Amino acid sequence: MNAIELRDVSLTLGGRTILTGISLDIAMGRFVGVLGPNGSGKTTLMRAILGLVPLSRGTIHVLGRPATRGNPAIGYMPQARHSTLDLHLSGRDFVASVTNGHRLGLPIRDRAARAEMERALHLVGAQELASRPLVELSGGERQRLLLAQALIGKPLLLLLDEPLISLDPHRQQEVVELVKSLQVDLGITILFSAHDVNSLLGTIDQVLYLGSGQAALGTIDEVITGPVLSRLYGSHIDVVRLEGRIFVMSGSCCAEIDEHRHEPASMSMHDPQRTHSGDA
Amino acid sequence: MLEMFQYDFMRNAFAAAAVVAIVAGIVGYFLVLRGQTFAGHALAHVGFTGATGAVLVGIAPIWGMVLATVAAGIGMGFMGERLAQRDVAIGLVLALALGLGLLFLHFFTSFATQATTLLFGNVLAVDMHTVWVLLALGSLSLAILAVISRPLLFASLHPELAEAKGVSLRLYSVLFLAIVALTTAECAQIVGVLLVFALMVGPAAAAQRLTSVVTAGVLLSAVLALLEAWFGIALAYYTDWPSSFWITMLSTGVYLIASRPWPMRGLARVSTR
Repeated sequence: MNAIELRDVSLTLGGRTILTGISLDIAMGRFVGVLGPNGSGKTTLMRAILGLVPLSRGTIHVLGRPATRGNPAIGYMPQARHSTLDLHLSGRDFVASVTNGHRLGLPIRDRAARAEMERALHLVGAQELASRPLVELSGGERQRLLLAQALIGKPLLLLLDEPLISLDPHRQQEVVELVKSLQVDLGITILFSAHDVNSLLGTIDQVLYLGSGQAALGTIDEVITGPVLSRLYGSHIDVVRLEGRIFVMSGSCCAEIDEHRHEPASMSMHDPQRTHSGDA
Repeated sequence: MLEMFQYDFMRNAFAAAAVVAIVAGIVGYFLVLRGQTFAGHALAHVGFTGATGAVLVGIAPIWGMVLATVAAGIGMGFMGERLAQRDVAIGLVLALALGLGLLFLHFFTSFATQATTLLFGNVLAVDMHTVWVLLALGSLSLAILAVISRPLLFASLHPELAEAKGVSLRLYSVLFLAIVALTTAECAQIVGVLLVFALMVGPAAAAQRLTSVVTAGVLLSAVLALLEAWFGIALAYYTDWPSSFWITMLSTGVYLIASRPWPMRGLARVSTR
């Protein structure tokens, strides 16, 4: 059984085509890095796997069953929203609100719910910091709590949307190592979206690269190549390898690194789609 | 000290304030957590239109207020989270509601007293019947909140995840704003439509500064609201100044003290690093 199967999947969002006729299989137990320029559909693909976005064509199967909303086998870590993370609310309550969160009643935790929460916190090494309020935590510490929250309910598939955003390189490495160890220890499948393949080098089994409605799945060596990326970006792309790092170059610009910048200043650069920002 | 309890109107005032403060403290906690305080403020203004409209057609203001706020709350909920938090839309609704209310008052004879009571409240004028109405409405609000509180908390803190787990964000937004609407209509009986912030937002915001645990925060918010309302009425009795003034003073004062950087907390933070 595959973790995820896409068959001839087409997706449009607000009149904009995100994916056209994609078919691919992601095997169980893989750590897959999801890459691609802003607006290429990384978030939308995850939301489609969760059953939150209707497909215009094709089918998605998750763990052998059609993708439906509320699938308990999927853990999801959305992109961090800072309005919530600035609350004076204990990390433990923040994570605990996920346990049985869909059931009616008072938010009182029974023993099983508390055990499940502590297990998730233990997995990410956040038992200590969970007693502090969110507003006092650093970016990396908050990511740990968001990861703990995604692990509640023992999911078999983990969808992590940009967990490295706004972290410094050292913290990025910590998060990647933590996710890798979870994948190995729990034997789960992970989709991990990121802007820069370098932060995932040596960790991921496969890359799923999205762009221009197309997708390419394979090892880094198979996918991060000039011809494949030129097709996905719709313009000529060179891939330069230097001292174990990979640079994806569009003309004289470093295409992937540009994607890091969310400030309006970088919006005017070569990709007109980037003005849509907000990661469709 | 106890002489003030000899009077019926004082006993009614304390009873009404107790009911409303506890409900406002608890509902307000979720309102502050969801960042929807401005929506709550606007709902109170819509209540003003409802109350003046009711007076005009000859029904008790409280029912006009309840009808108008609940209808507006449900409407806001249906417009979606994003819109319910949008400043301009809410600000316009707020102004329009007050303007309409003013027009209704214009057609009504006892203009000034009615307007002052609705805008700034007059807890000392609450009769026994109103206390029972407040108790019934308050129990209803808290009962609905108790049933939906777990998914509401989930939807407030992790909206994307809650959606993925099959929780309808819209349903809980509508239900919660209906509860907020009922609560603002109740608060308006004590502090008036312009000052519902004092009972719904002040205690809840102070409680969230003082504890980061949800259950403790909800309880503390209710206790603070109750104490502020009761002390406000007592101070009004002794000074003969308006009770709404004292309640807003206490509410603001408690929030300021709570949000002041505590030297002890600073030390604790240093020692844990």
